[in-house]
Parts: sequence; C-alpha cells; structure tokens
Amino acid sequence: MRFAFTEEQLELRTAVRQVLDRECTTADLRTIVDSHDHGAGRSAERWAVLSELGAPGVLVAENHGGLGLTDVELVGVLEEAGWAGLPEPLAESAALAAPLLAAATRLAADGAAAHAVAERSLPMIAGGELVATVGGVDVTVDGLVTSTRPAPDVTQGTVVTERVAGASRAGLFLLAWEAPRLGWQVHAVPVDAVDVTAAPSIDGTRDLGAVEWTPWPHTVVASGVHATAVVGDLADRTAVAYAAELLGLADRMITIAADYAKDRQQFGKPIGSFQAVKHHLANARVKLEFARPATYRAADSLARQLPDRSEHASMAKALASDAADLAARVALQVHGAIGYTWECDLQLFMKRAWALSAAGGDATTHRARVLAAALDRLPPG
Amino acid sequence: MDLTFSAEQDAFRAEARAWLAAHVPSEPLPSLDTAEGFAAHRAWERLLFEDRWSVVSWPSEYGGRDVGIMEWLIFEEEYYRARAPKRVSQNGIFLLAPTMLEYGTPEQKARFLPPMAAADEIWCQGWSEPDAGSDLAGIRSRAVRAAGDDGWQLTGQKTWCSRGAFAEWCFGIFRTDPDAERHRGLTYFLVPMAADGVTVRPIPQLDGETGFAEVFFEDVFVPDEHVLGGVGDGWKVAMSTAGSERGLSLRSPARYTEAAARLVELFADRGRPGGRIADDVARAYIDAQAYELGTYWMASRAADGHTIGAEASCNKIFWSETDLAIHAAGLSLLGPDAELLERSPADPGAGAGGTSAAGTGTGQADAYPGPWLDGYLFALAGPIYAGTNEIQRNVVAERLLGLPRS
Repeated sequence: MRFAFTEEQLELRTAVRQVLDRECTTADLRTIVDSHDHGAGRSAERWAVLSELGAPGVLVAENHGGLGLTDVELVGVLEEAGWAGLPEPLAESAALAAPLLAAATRLAADGAAAHAVAERSLPMIAGGELVATVGGVDVTVDGLVTSTRPAPDVTQGTVVTERVAGASRAGLFLLAWEAPRLGWQVHAVPVDAVDVTAAPSIDGTRDLGAVEWTPWPHTVVASGVHATAVVGDLADRTAVAYAAELLGLADRMITIAADYAKDRQQFGKPIGSFQAVKHHLANARVKLEFARPATYRAADSLARQLPDRSEHASMAKALASDAADLAARVALQVHGAIGYTWECDLQLFMKRAWALSAAGGDATTHRARVLAAALDRLPPG
Repeated sequence: MDLTFSAEQDAFRAEARAWLAAHVPSEPLPSLDTAEGFAAHRAWERLLFEDRWSVVSWPSEYGGRDVGIMEWLIFEEEYYRARAPKRVSQNGIFLLAPTMLEYGTPEQKARFLPPMAAADEIWCQGWSEPDAGSDLAGIRSRAVRAAGDDGWQLTGQKTWCSRGAFAEWCFGIFRTDPDAERHRGLTYFLVPMAADGVTVRPIPQLDGETGFAEVFFEDVFVPDEHVLGGVGDGWKVAMSTAGSERGLSLRSPARYTEAAARLVELFADRGRPGGRIADDVARAYIDAQAYELGTYWMASRAADGHTIGAEASCNKIFWSETDLAIHAAGLSLLGPDAELLERSPADPGAGAGGTSAAGTGTGQADAYPGPWLDGYLFALAGPIYAGTNEIQRNVVAERLLGLPRS
C-alpha cells in the first residue's frame, strides 16, 4: 500500500504545468470567449509543446510512438489541463479516443477495420498531428444511452451525434450509436466524412458540435458485445478524465478567490480576514481535498482494469463534480458583483466547471450508479 | 501507486480478524458511561492488551506490535467490521500517547504507556474551561511552583472532560506564566484524579449518561516529573495532541465505512425508496469511501516522511460531517419509527440485540431506530469536540489558503 505518485509521475505533471503557465494564459482563453470563435484563440504552439511532452500519447503504446504510460500518469496531466482551462481537446484525444481505439483493436471483433484505423491513427494521435474525439454516449441513472439519433430531413441512414467536444478541431471521430436491432456500435469516421454544426456551450472554449455522419459497415470498429464493453469503458474513462479536469478547475477557482479575498478591502481590512468569507473557501477546499484521492484511485482502477473500476469512476465524478460546483459557487460569492462580470477571469474557469460537471453524467447520476453497485454487493435475501 | 496490501499485511489482517471473531463479546457491553459499563469495557481492553491488540502501532516495549500506520488502519477496519466494543481508553491511547511518544522523557514513557495500553489507567482530557472553549489559549487554570520547589500546585476548573467521571488520570494544560503572551505561558501536566484537591462532577450528556465531567483543582500537587514537554511549551505540545485528535488517529475510516455499509443494508431493508433519500444514502456512502481513500492518501504521505499539518483540519470537518450524514440518512429511512428508543415487541427481530450503528452490535442491518439514534446523538458532538468545525475552517483558510487572521 503506497497511495502516492512517484517522482517521475510528479515530474511529468510539473512539466505540463510549466508549459501551460506560459502557453495557456487567461488572455489566451479570453481571446476565444470574446471572439465567440473557437479558432481565434487556438495556438498551434501550445498543442505542439504539449505534444513534445508526449501529453496526447500518454496512453499510446511505445511501438505506436506514445509514452506507453497509464491513467495514473494521465490523471495529473488532466488536472493541469483543468487548472489552465486548456481549450484543446486533450482529454478527448488522449484519455478517451486513444484507449478506445486500442481497446477496439484488442477485442478485434471487427479486427481488420479497427486494426487498420489504429495502426494509422495512434502514432499520429500520440505525436499530436491528429486530434481525435469521441461522442455518442450519455450516462443516465438507468444506464448508458446514445446521443446519436437519426438525422431529420436528410438522406436515409444519416445520423447526428450531439455534443461532441473539440468538434471543430478533430481529424478523427470515434462515434457510438445504438443501431436499431443491432445494439451498440462504434464507428471511426474521418473528418472528411462528417458535417459539423457548432453547438455553442456555456463554456466558450469547449468547442462542442453536432456531428452528422453515416454509419457504414466499413467504419465499424466495434460491434456487439465488444461495442458494449468499449462503450462502458468510454463512459468510465470520461467520468475519470473530466473528474481530473474538475479537480484542477476547483483548485484554480479557490486560488483565484483566495487571492482576491487577500487583496480586496472592505471595512478597512481584507475581506479574507472575515470568517464568513474564510468558511466559504474552507468548505470548498475540504471538498476538493477528498475528491482528489477518489479520482486518483479511479485512475489506478482503470489502469489495472479492476472489476470495480466503473463504480470507482462514478465515485470520482460525483465527488469532483460537487467539488467544482461548490468551488464555482463560492468563488463567485467571494468576488461579489465583480465576479458576475464578463471582465472577471473567474468566468473562464467557472463555465468550464459547469460544463464538465454535467458532461459525462452529473454528480446525482453517478451517485445513483454507486448506490446501485453497493446494493448489488449485498448478499441475497 | 499501489492500493493493494502486501502478503504480510494480509496475514496481519487475517490474524486480527481471527482473534476478534474469537473474542468480541456476542452481546453488546453496557454503555461505557455507566460504572458497570466502564468496568466491562476496561475488562475488554485488558483482554485486547493481553494478546497485544490494544495498541498495535506502539513500540513493543510499551505493549504494542511495532507495526506501521497501514497496519493500524487494517486493524481498525477489522475492529469495526467485528463490531467490537467502543474503546474506553481512546483519550489516552489515541490522543495522549502520540504526544507522549514525541515529547515524553524515557521515564515518562516507561511509567505511563504500559498501564495506558492495559487500561489499568484510563485517561481523560483537561483542556476546555467554562470560559475557554474555542478560545483555548484563554484558559485561566493556573499552576504555581510548590513550596518545596519539586513540583507545581494546580488550581482552576476544567470541563467537558470525556470519561472524566471514571478516569484515573487527566492530561491538561495550565497557565504557568501569567505574564507571558497567552500562547506561551502554558504547561502540559499529567494529573492523577485521586490526588488531594481534585473534585469531579459528572455531567449528563444529551443521552442522559455521564459521558463527560467537570473537574475542579484546588492546590493539587503535581511533581516536576509529570510535566510533559518543557515548562511554557504547553501550547506546542497540546497542538500535537490536537493534530492527532483532528487527524488520523482519533477517527479511523473504518468507523464510517462500516456504518455506511449498514446504511446501505437498511436502505435495502426499507424497500429501496427513491428520490431524495436515495441520493442522501448514496452521498453518505460515497463520503465514507472518500474519507477512507483520503486517509490512505494521507497515511502514505506520513509514511513517506511528510508531516501532516493543517490538512488534519480538513479531515476533522469531513469525518464529523460524514458521520452526521450517515446517521441522518439512517433516521430518514426509519421515517416515523425514528423517534423510538426501543425495538417494538411486535417486531419479529426483537431481542436479536444490536447497539450503535457506528460502534458495536450484533444486529444485521440495525433496522430499528435505537442504534441509529445513538449514532446520531454521538455524531452531533463531532462538529463540536476536538475544536469546533468553525475553528477548523479558520485553520484551513489561514494555513492552507493563506487568508489573513481575523
């Protein structure tokens, strides 16, 4: 039992923090949200340095040009992405698409197609030349449902996958849907075979889109029981990846608000000296303190493919969503009216926290999943 | 990152589990806040001590097994899983002992630790005073040099001393230099409750039992060798006890994970109601797991040589609120039955026994109110003792977030 990161794991995380401190400033984020154009604040430089560090390929095997590491290394990287409010779809490409492709290949139900896509794409994902994203799975209390629906008023057979993150940026889309009578399928669709319509999010950096595409037999990379497994894994990975980002976001918002409370004076002293303000921020800190280990454990369970990993992922997402929601609420209150303005940088992190808190299943949904798992463990009778 | 236990740790767990299975009383002991229950709990502690289970993490020369913090956590898990009795010696073994191991002289350790481990001497804490609760540094009880210059004369009043009604010894802080800055002129004393000049007045708690007491000191002589740490260092020494109290050693996570497991059983027994109550149950269950993980995280940091500082205040807030959430959810599930102190005679499970949901017992899901009410009453004290949660929030804000002092 040693529940801690190694020096090497901490070094990778620190390297990402240093790069993002320089390459992902609040001014950069503001360029995106002010222009309402996700392309505006894009920095090729930023993605290039992240790629040099190996961030997009943390989970990609070394023989595919990746770092060949695990979710335990990735979780710290994603926490830093959250802290920085990184507008690029690092979580989607590195934590979701890459392992999904690898898993589809491993299961090899539809071997040839998955294998070909993986062989071609994984080295490019790892190197950062190709950004991949995922879509089509929503988490509900009653189970996983697809967000891929038949497209209205278009050619027969075309479907639309709602709320795909990083949609304007991605070169490869891994899209799930529940085909009538066939159950879950996962398709790998290149950018030239999709039609993306922007779906503006409260978080102006999230780059959501509705993706229209056509499921062809040759785009299938997983079907049947294998697709069910891949989709379940995708839901778990989404929960953990977003939980990690939410930890970073919560930490950032608490830090911004604490700095403001040290600086802002009322009644002749810093507002941070008043207990009402202190206690708000302390409550947020306590929630964050206990969401962290649960998220690291979930990452470890994913890395080891433990039987309870789904429950652990849900626990992490429930705790991290709540921690970030409280941090956002408290940080806004501590700022007072200035926090309610467009001008205040808090919004850059608060809105992302709101978005990711709900994405991939909100806290209530994941709590219900945990309770269901706990009930399943009770002895019969 | 390794969240598994070693073969040695698994063997340690198996040994603890087997011993507990063979020795935990099948019927719950009477409440430890009665004379009869106190004696019964002392006898149980003696049994633990004889087979070296009372203080596993202590050095073997004082009655422990010299095992690390992970093994202590394993033992605690097994202890709560076995629903073994409450620890009547907890103030001594969990709060005073870590401080004594850090600050005590070799003679003090040899004198006090073995009888503490054996529960031959049970300790209470003498910190709070009628006018010094959250503002602990405002204590007025004082100590002056004794005439023979071989010790101190203690005078004043302490209150809310848990186990004070029956304990043999008291550890407390007294003002030895009234002219010094208020955090400085304090000294940490070890006082026999049988000494001349000590008067104990038990105080009935919310449940009607005398769980704590007021203790009056009138010119009580304490020899120099019963000063813990240096004269004038009382605040520093006391804060080390406070760290233990808020942090790892007072509230091991097993207490909450076990109660949360019973909460899930109760939820099932009550027909798995939906809506808000299901969410409350799920939240309490998850928070208990989060506390366990947070403890392993912190224990790993401690094992790596980091000191646990103000993070202990986060712990205290979290475990006390989790305890309340678990028991409040339990009472919600019981609905209109929640006010009942006894199982109804018409209940088919009547007579099967069972006690506190968070402590001891033999019932299955504790699907009758008594244990949940007991647990709820106990949990209500959590945000108050060991430094109120408001004080802890100040500590978190000032030391972890760097906000200015009030």
